[in-house]
Amino acid sequence: MARMTMIEAIRSAMDVSMARDDTVVVFGEDVGYFGGVFRCTQGLQQKYGKTRCFDAPISESGIVGAAIGMAAYGLRPCVEVQFADYVYPAYDQIVSEAARLRYRSNGEFTCPIVVRMPTGGGIFGGQTHSQSPEALFTHVSGLKVVVPSNPYDAKGLLIASIEDPDPVIFLEPKRLYNGPFDGHHERPVTPWSKHPLGEVPDGHFVVPLGKASVRREGSDLTILAYGTMVYVAEAAAEETGIDAEIIDLRTLLPLDLDTIVASVKKTGRCVIVHEATLTSGFGAELAALVQQYCFYNLEGPIARVTGWDTPYPHAQEWEYFPGPARLGQAMRETMEA
Amino acid sequence: MANKVSLANRNREEIGRMTEHGPLSLHVPEPEVRPGGTPDFSNVPIPKAGSVPRPEVDVDPKEIRDLAYSIIRVLNREGEAVGPWAGTLTDEELLQGLRDMMTLRTFDARMLMAQRQGKTSFYMQHMGEEAVSCAFRKALAPGDMNFPTYRQAGLLIAGGYPMVDMMNQIFSNERDPLKGRQLPVMYSSKEHGFFSISGNLTTQYIQAVGWAMASAIRNDTRIAAGWVGDGATAESDFHAALVFASTYTAPVVLNIVNNQWAISTFQGIARGGSGTFAARGLGFGIPALRVDGNDYLAVHAVAKWAVERARRNLGPTLIEYVTYRVGAHSTSDDPSAYRPKEESSAWPLGDPVLRLKNHLIKRGAWSEERHKQAEAEILDAVIAAQKEAESHGTLHAGGKPSVRDMFEGVYAEMPPHLRRQRQEAGV
Repeated sequence: MARMTMIEAIRSAMDVSMARDDTVVVFGEDVGYFGGVFRCTQGLQQKYGKTRCFDAPISESGIVGAAIGMAAYGLRPCVEVQFADYVYPAYDQIVSEAARLRYRSNGEFTCPIVVRMPTGGGIFGGQTHSQSPEALFTHVSGLKVVVPSNPYDAKGLLIASIEDPDPVIFLEPKRLYNGPFDGHHERPVTPWSKHPLGEVPDGHFVVPLGKASVRREGSDLTILAYGTMVYVAEAAAEETGIDAEIIDLRTLLPLDLDTIVASVKKTGRCVIVHEATLTSGFGAELAALVQQYCFYNLEGPIARVTGWDTPYPHAQEWEYFPGPARLGQAMRETMEA
Repeated sequence: MANKVSLANRNREEIGRMTEHGPLSLHVPEPEVRPGGTPDFSNVPIPKAGSVPRPEVDVDPKEIRDLAYSIIRVLNREGEAVGPWAGTLTDEELLQGLRDMMTLRTFDARMLMAQRQGKTSFYMQHMGEEAVSCAFRKALAPGDMNFPTYRQAGLLIAGGYPMVDMMNQIFSNERDPLKGRQLPVMYSSKEHGFFSISGNLTTQYIQAVGWAMASAIRNDTRIAAGWVGDGATAESDFHAALVFASTYTAPVVLNIVNNQWAISTFQGIARGGSGTFAARGLGFGIPALRVDGNDYLAVHAVAKWAVERARRNLGPTLIEYVTYRVGAHSTSDDPSAYRPKEESSAWPLGDPVLRLKNHLIKRGAWSEERHKQAEAEILDAVIAAQKEAESHGTLHAGGKPSVRDMFEGVYAEMPPHLRRQRQEAGV
């Protein structure tokens, strides 16, 4: 076991995977010599050589398109898109190609790629370094969508994603890279070294895709969260005194519906929280499923706390970011309903 | 609305007064001739067969920039193979080439008819472009991988892929290798070096480069070939493919089939002011060649040159095949609405089947009688394959892929939400 930040855990996942399987290759913008703008690939080129970890041209469509070709050949590319905000040029390659290749070729060609990208706000990144585009991918059949919330899960989920036979969109909440963040931006940052989930095995292990984790057991209501919002939920539970059961979804697609349904049936109330915009967000899918499977157990309406339906602002970051105050308010209203 | 127009006009007058050059105007290219006009290809310079030199494959790309502006041709108007690009094929290989092209043409004719008879929803033919994919296929080795578009079925025909399996796919019947999931003609065959056709344009071009990079990463000997049409070179993935191919000197042959028409849009809309599509490669330092796409011998010779470059780890080659789409874009298209009906017969590079036939007769390896006999044999073979395919069903009659198959193969393992949906569908 070692103390790792989320960056180190992600790096370790690629390191372990590259050591175990020489078909794993890693590339992206600034990923090779320099080791990535967030340093997630630091040292991999030195260790595995520049044909297994290398810099790519600034062409997200090219990066993902080349990765698809490599996967069709038999490699397992794990590519980085520098920010999730820059993935859109690659959207056609992901949606029309990677996601459908197995289906359209009846399994002759498959696409075991991972597209890693930092997601979410909280770093004063403005509209081009803060977006949470997960719903654009959960809407696509053939993809898997993963959002880890801590170093342990990040490593185990990334190894599982690299080993997965199908394309995985791996969204890394960048505000969590160096420590958990509960939305209290005025307080000093807690490093991962002081958090139990910063304890990560050095070697190979997997956290299976499609399994949520109950981060806090509770009986009053269920909070469905992922990524940074897991810590916002923890803070809100503590500050409101409401005995919330907090579920960290970890994988959005495939979704661990059983864990969600079991929890909401127990608590009878549900609040969904995500950073992404509200309309057609992943919370809408969650709310629909919860009402479908838990309707007769619900004691009040399902609430959603999300980013506003505006572009992600710069100066108004903390008015935009769904912090513990907004979530706490929604929890109180849900309890009163 | 009237206000807006008068405001725009006033601005225009003011701008005109303010600059010495007058107002700007937008240039929108137009083809030389539209329906009702007389086809005119006098602006298409056709170099003499045999006139373009054949450089060594390890030539410095800077030395052969002019090849991007010429047209490599082997067969002359007399049906003779001439010049430095001639002589790559034996009589037997040429006869097989002729047979492949004739088979593709007959296959197309039968499938077009089948579509009109309602046996399938859609079809795309190759008329006029048969030489490109049929000859290119013969320059590849087993294990090489094509990333084709929807107009390279010659890669399958010339590679010996069973016609009946192609038809099973076209009819989406119970033997469809793709289980009814794909639009007709979007074949896939890993074994035959034929990557699953997307139907989206140019996405496969960068994938071909990625596949080739993977082969190089693994110190393999196999190479890839990417395919795109003239119109689809305008997609940003074309640029991505050329950047990656150039940067990593990937072992890939990048093919552009310039058949003059992107549905109703003439090639000038995608080409813009550049002299040729091949010339797009020059800025990337990629050797770029233009070839007579209706000349089986020229296509094969140039493909062989490019394949050897890739195989020797010398990097990518860009090839523009100058050809003409004689038929409609697809069964959903009517070209008489946008180009003169006579345009295809005015096309100066002729018919690839007829040209190879005449050459073989000139060589003494073929005759009119044998050609007629071959036509009859090929038709019989295509009809026999069609009968067999139809015995397994057509789109609206007979055997079909199961509805259960609709839910299979989205993922390696079916996730719970799809399992629930399959149950809901009652299959």
